[in-house]
Amino acid sequence: MSQDNKKVTVETTGHVWDDDLQELNNPLPRWWIWGFYITFTFALVYWMFYPAWPVGNTYTKGVAGLNNVTYVATKVDGTQETKNTHWNMRSKLMVEMNELQKEQKQYVDKVAATSFEDVAKDPELMQFVNSAGKALFATNCVPCHQVGGQGKVKFAPNLTDDHWQYGGTYENIETTIIAGRNGMMPAFKAILNDAELTQVSHYVLSLSGEPHNAASAKLGDTIFHGDKAGCYACHGAEAKGNIAIGSANLTDKIWLWPDVLGAKTPEAKLTEVKTLLYGGMNKGVMPVWSTRLKPEQIKLLTVYVHESLGGGK
Amino acid sequence: MKHDKIERNVGILIILTMLAISAGGLVEILPLFFIKETVEKVDGVHPYSPLELRGRDIYIREGCYLCHSQMIRPFRDEALRYGHYSLAAESKYDHPFQWGSKRTGPDLARVGGKYSNDWHTQHLTAPRSLVPQSVMPNYPWLSKTALDYSDIQGRMRALRVTGVPYSTSKAEFDRNVKEFGEETAKSLHIPDAEKNLIAQAQTGNFDTNPEKLTEMDALVSYLQLLGTMVDFRKYDDDYFAKFR
Repeated sequence: MSQDNKKVTVETTGHVWDDDLQELNNPLPRWWIWGFYITFTFALVYWMFYPAWPVGNTYTKGVAGLNNVTYVATKVDGTQETKNTHWNMRSKLMVEMNELQKEQKQYVDKVAATSFEDVAKDPELMQFVNSAGKALFATNCVPCHQVGGQGKVKFAPNLTDDHWQYGGTYENIETTIIAGRNGMMPAFKAILNDAELTQVSHYVLSLSGEPHNAASAKLGDTIFHGDKAGCYACHGAEAKGNIAIGSANLTDKIWLWPDVLGAKTPEAKLTEVKTLLYGGMNKGVMPVWSTRLKPEQIKLLTVYVHESLGGGK
Repeated sequence: MKHDKIERNVGILIILTMLAISAGGLVEILPLFFIKETVEKVDGVHPYSPLELRGRDIYIREGCYLCHSQMIRPFRDEALRYGHYSLAAESKYDHPFQWGSKRTGPDLARVGGKYSNDWHTQHLTAPRSLVPQSVMPNYPWLSKTALDYSDIQGRMRALRVTGVPYSTSKAEFDRNVKEFGEETAKSLHIPDAEKNLIAQAQTGNFDTNPEKLTEMDALVSYLQLLGTMVDFRKYDDDYFAKFR
């Protein structure tokens, strides 16, 4: 065996350990070596086109003009300016957004310049509203109002029914989206005693034809319209609610905060209403969207919500 | 130096190997500390208040970063879904940053203000009650566990060492007033940390339960701040391109 080792024909590195342990020097294949050289050349070309080497407090930005990016910037005051700069991702995004704006411009401008009613009557514009509005709704509204705007009891109102707590006209909906809403009802635990809370609950249930105790409801009626609890101040003397402050219409079959329709027994329905009266509610928060969405997006969304989900008067 | 000599001298081999493997890092990372456009000049970015800081620690404790990134990249689809791309300046007080590279859930860099406090509380407790297709785990203990803020001053002092300008003296406080405004400067004053933390939790009522100061209060206050510090309407839409 030691005889074989001495007959090495490949070139060695010349290192010898333990008398006869040698290191062969097999050169890399030609094609690999050439691939290696090509990457060097590639780097040289790359440096001419893209930002590359740091130099002091700045960096090389490629050979001027070879790979520049041109885009249209919109300033804070609304004026536009065409700019040309070295290649960079943020300017490339400007180019992408310019393309998007160009594709949508004819529709966006038209929607912005047209009244809500006329947008709804224009089939071509509505096609745009429905596709763009659907995406906006899915990204921003669905987490609370759920898929299709069906809402969630004790959380967010159903947008597909006829009741609009803050009004269902285009203008109402737009205001709601722009500024958000802060719905709340005070707790009555310190104002009314247990018997009185029960009586008002019976009265509230009677308004929409839910099972109730008529005698109790009659007493509740007096408390509802009396100044101690003052329920009428927000919900109105006819208990039909007030869209200016978002107080609920208690005479319809639509319930948002107490789950009256979901409760099976009359006792459970009563408990739902009474619990709300007792503890109040401060969760009717719709976020402000004017800081996240552009005015034209809010207008699109308004028309989408009104038309596709069914707005009211 | 002869190849032979390096191979037979472990000390030299170690030193030369270290030099060779650190070259990549040195070339890619070090220059960023000297290039003046790395961190954008922008108004509004300030360190976290004590409550938000505790929330951030809970965010890290629960491993939110394993599924959620906080880095909106400058691409059209991300701009449309999440909003303005993230700035380096927006995470300059983050130690460690939460940029992440894994998105099982959506990016959270601009989640602040998008949902109500009630939404966050319910969603963290039982995500599928609001988003039926969600694969996020439930975190029901957050709104049950009282917030432990006994070591909040220590946490702030630790960040101070890394350069976050929490103040301990009057002079530092005055410097913060100049830089961040009085309201924010007060929340950065370490000696008042406990007082500020409780006050913010009570005013904000983040877990929608005014009676209890919970971990949910802290986490939601942190989430509601994310991405809201810079008002992009004050800048031309390509203003931040010049920093690249």
